[in-house]
Amino acid sequence: MSGSKAKKPQAISNRTLFSVISASSVGTLIEWYDFYIFGSLAAILSSQFFPKDNPTAALLSTLATFAAGFVVRPFGALVFGRLGDLVGRKYTFLVTLVLMGGSTFAIGLIPGYATIGFWAPLLVLLLRLIQGLALGGEYGGAATYVAEYAPEGRRGYYTSFIQTTATLGLFVSLGVILLTRESLGVDKFSDWGWRVPFLLSILLVAVSIVIRLRMAESPLFSKLKTEGNLSKNPLAESFGKKQNLKMVLLALFGATAGQGVIWYTGQFYALSFIQKACNIEFVQSNTIVAIALLAATPLFVVFGGLSDRIGRKGIMLAGMALGVLTYRPIYDKMYSLADVSQKQEFTDAQTINRTLAKQENGDLIMTMTTTHFYAGGLVAKDIEKSVTSSNATNAPTKPEITKAVTLPTGSFWLMVLLIFVQVVYVTMVYGPIAAFLVELFPTRIRYTSMSLPYHIGNGIFGGLTPFIATALVATATKANDAVPGSVAKPYLEGLWYPMLVAGVCFVIGLLYLNNKSYSTADD
Amino acid sequence: MASLKKYLGVVWILLGIYAGYDRITDSLIKIGSDKLEDRVFGWVVLCVLVPIVVGGLILFGKYALDGEYDS
Repeated sequence: MSGSKAKKPQAISNRTLFSVISASSVGTLIEWYDFYIFGSLAAILSSQFFPKDNPTAALLSTLATFAAGFVVRPFGALVFGRLGDLVGRKYTFLVTLVLMGGSTFAIGLIPGYATIGFWAPLLVLLLRLIQGLALGGEYGGAATYVAEYAPEGRRGYYTSFIQTTATLGLFVSLGVILLTRESLGVDKFSDWGWRVPFLLSILLVAVSIVIRLRMAESPLFSKLKTEGNLSKNPLAESFGKKQNLKMVLLALFGATAGQGVIWYTGQFYALSFIQKACNIEFVQSNTIVAIALLAATPLFVVFGGLSDRIGRKGIMLAGMALGVLTYRPIYDKMYSLADVSQKQEFTDAQTINRTLAKQENGDLIMTMTTTHFYAGGLVAKDIEKSVTSSNATNAPTKPEITKAVTLPTGSFWLMVLLIFVQVVYVTMVYGPIAAFLVELFPTRIRYTSMSLPYHIGNGIFGGLTPFIATALVATATKANDAVPGSVAKPYLEGLWYPMLVAGVCFVIGLLYLNNKSYSTADD
Repeated sequence: MASLKKYLGVVWILLGIYAGYDRITDSLIKIGSDKLEDRVFGWVVLCVLVPIVVGGLILFGKYALDGEYDS
């Protein structure tokens, strides 16, 4: 088999290789974009699709739906991984792309809860599950496909382009949301404009399908097929044989679980934290994360390429260790940047602005905005929105109070830096991991075997991070409210989950992983 | 190093059991809660996270103890 390895780099030109990388990366980027707009618009979706009388339940229901999107990903990995090992990589990740694009587009078309009642959240949940299944099949296919084209010793570099897509997908989703919101205005965006990012997906997917249809099947898979050496039952071979199952477990507990929590803490929990714990204003918070993501993205390629030379293990484990050691001081600093209780207010400068608007149904909405100015340039707004129903028999609703902090320039860039540092950790754990996973398993069961630990690690351990961390903060805040001072900094309690998972993963990885490029015996 | 990897298998098995006990206890409390969000969270942890963490760590520990990761 080593002979085939030697031939492969000669047989495939750089031009072909980069077309393969581009076609795979663009499709995967679009899938991540589709997946993330749901999470990025969670607050608006909760008001559109879930009962409005209990906003907390609505938000958490959406978060649960969000989690459902992650929980089904391993099932997608099994279904499409098996298909990919049986019929080929190319057609399998074409199917996942169509499923993802179709369900995203359909979410943009569903009428709200006010129009079709419980059908709305039910349909959203169903489509979200399809998105999760599709994503579960996509990533493994793209990574496997590129790796099977890439020359030996350069897999880290070439697959790292696939690794940039998840972050770029998040960046593009934030960019599209911000652009749509800015061009339509907040009211129109909340009313119907949020549908635009979903509907846009169909165009992106159509382009990607055309590109992918022109691609040829992976050379290693084609070779196995020609020789009649394809696996007849990839699931049984992957998880029924100890020799392979032990590597799946090692990949999960020694790499992907830690990678997943570092990934979601640095990108998703960071955004959630600055929006909910720091109350940073919507556009500014998204801008901060978008800049940090964009600035750090090239490092995926840097660390991917570096892993070809010095090994995957050291880089991935260093990213995990840094997360464990520095998350608490980083988040503490992030919180302090927006903590108005530690800043001196210019009380004389405080302004109060009231607006009254009449809705189509005759309800009156009064918005009172109190703007506070602080030393150093920080501005905080308390926005109180109350609704007076046109129907006198309706019970009065509780005013909705939100806070919006705008950071001054210095704090803004410091916040960007603090999130950038976390995204650097993400690039360290995530840049080399595709190459690490594909090299761990043989070609005949690679798609199935690598997809499952990746999606359990990234999807379940990582995807549940914002959910579990938010619950830990809520528990700590409750305990602190009951006995003041019992938890010193309740807003940092959510970090215990990623720190613990990454810590255990670091120890297992350090002891049990080999710092070498695994050789797949049948390639 | 091989011996360390082998004997640490016991630690992973115990960690799996402890994580299972801790998470099951916590998720059962949450499932019994009046709040919808707590119940959802409890079920997600109980049905998804617990089997993977407990089953996975115990099996990983057993393989380590059997010397499967020595080479």
